[in-house]
Amino acid sequence: MEVRGFILLIIIGATVVTLIPRVLPLIFLSRVQLPEWGLRWLNYVPIAVMAALVGQELFVEDGKLASLSNNVELLAALPTLGMAIWKRSLLGTVAVGIVSIMALRYLT
Amino acid sequence: MQEKIDLRGLEAARQQESFLQGVKDCVPTLLGYLSIGFAAGVVGTTSGLSVAEIGLMSILIYAGSAQFIFAGMVASDGSAAAIISTIFFVNLRHLLLSAALSPYFRQLAPLKNALIGSLLTDETFGVAINRATQTGSIGEKWMHGLNAAAYLNWIAATIAGAFLGQWIPDPQRFGLDFALPAMFIGLLVLLMASRARIGVDIVVAVSAVVIVIGVTLVSTASVGVIAAAVLAPVIGMAVSKWK
Repeated sequence: MEVRGFILLIIIGATVVTLIPRVLPLIFLSRVQLPEWGLRWLNYVPIAVMAALVGQELFVEDGKLASLSNNVELLAALPTLGMAIWKRSLLGTVAVGIVSIMALRYLT
Repeated sequence: MQEKIDLRGLEAARQQESFLQGVKDCVPTLLGYLSIGFAAGVVGTTSGLSVAEIGLMSILIYAGSAQFIFAGMVASDGSAAAIISTIFFVNLRHLLLSAALSPYFRQLAPLKNALIGSLLTDETFGVAINRATQTGSIGEKWMHGLNAAAYLNWIAATIAGAFLGQWIPDPQRFGLDFALPAMFIGLLVLLMASRARIGVDIVVAVSAVVIVIGVTLVSTASVGVIAAAVLAPVIGMAVSKWK
């Protein structure tokens, strides 16, 4: 149960570099009135970030393009997406995703 | 009579903004983060980190991707400078999330904004921005409730993973690794459904996927996400203007 000195050093460094981008825009951008184009741009950022994270999970593997024909994650994403559109429930979507990937891995 | 109804409406609105409501709205994301936190704990243990070190990481760094990288680079004897700079680039996307939330917390003092920002994650951002789209605002207490629930869940999950890691050889078999992409799919659909411009949103989402794949293949995954987050909204702006 000990914390080694050099690990502590890296943890503190990593904490600082993680904290800065999280905190600075909230502190400073909320003080100023952003120009209209800036707000319109920010409006699309959430969609872009979420879609990018999904895209990376489904289409990239170890820095290379994932196989399209033999990709269980991509297959499992279809019922998951269907559930999300149909029920609009986050918990239901996660549950369908987990069950789908388990079934697909078991079958293939 | 009219007054009474107004008061009741006000009371309902106040409850919607409460800390407890924030905790409740966090619940659907807990399973996804529980499994990833658990996996982060397992990986930490197998990389030779102690339970105390893993717990400290979750309390201070509080970022899944950073903690996986940390464990991996410590295991392969990476230098402190290399580990810290890699984590900086991976978490740089938080700049954009923090910027996108900033219009909703104008009225708050800098220290309170710092508190909200310090617990910002992809998931809490997704839940918060969905709420903002639905109700037009984000309550401060509600945000703290959401953040606190996600934070404690993460710490508990990573420490549980660190303890139990030795006996679970293959967490993938239970499909838990897919909880995270499934959650992002759910958040994305909910977000798009609550906005009244599905056409442009789909263009932005598809552009983001194409950009992230292209850039990740020639660069790194975190540069890919940042490039998509910066460029895909520009495409969205151009398309909505042109329409």
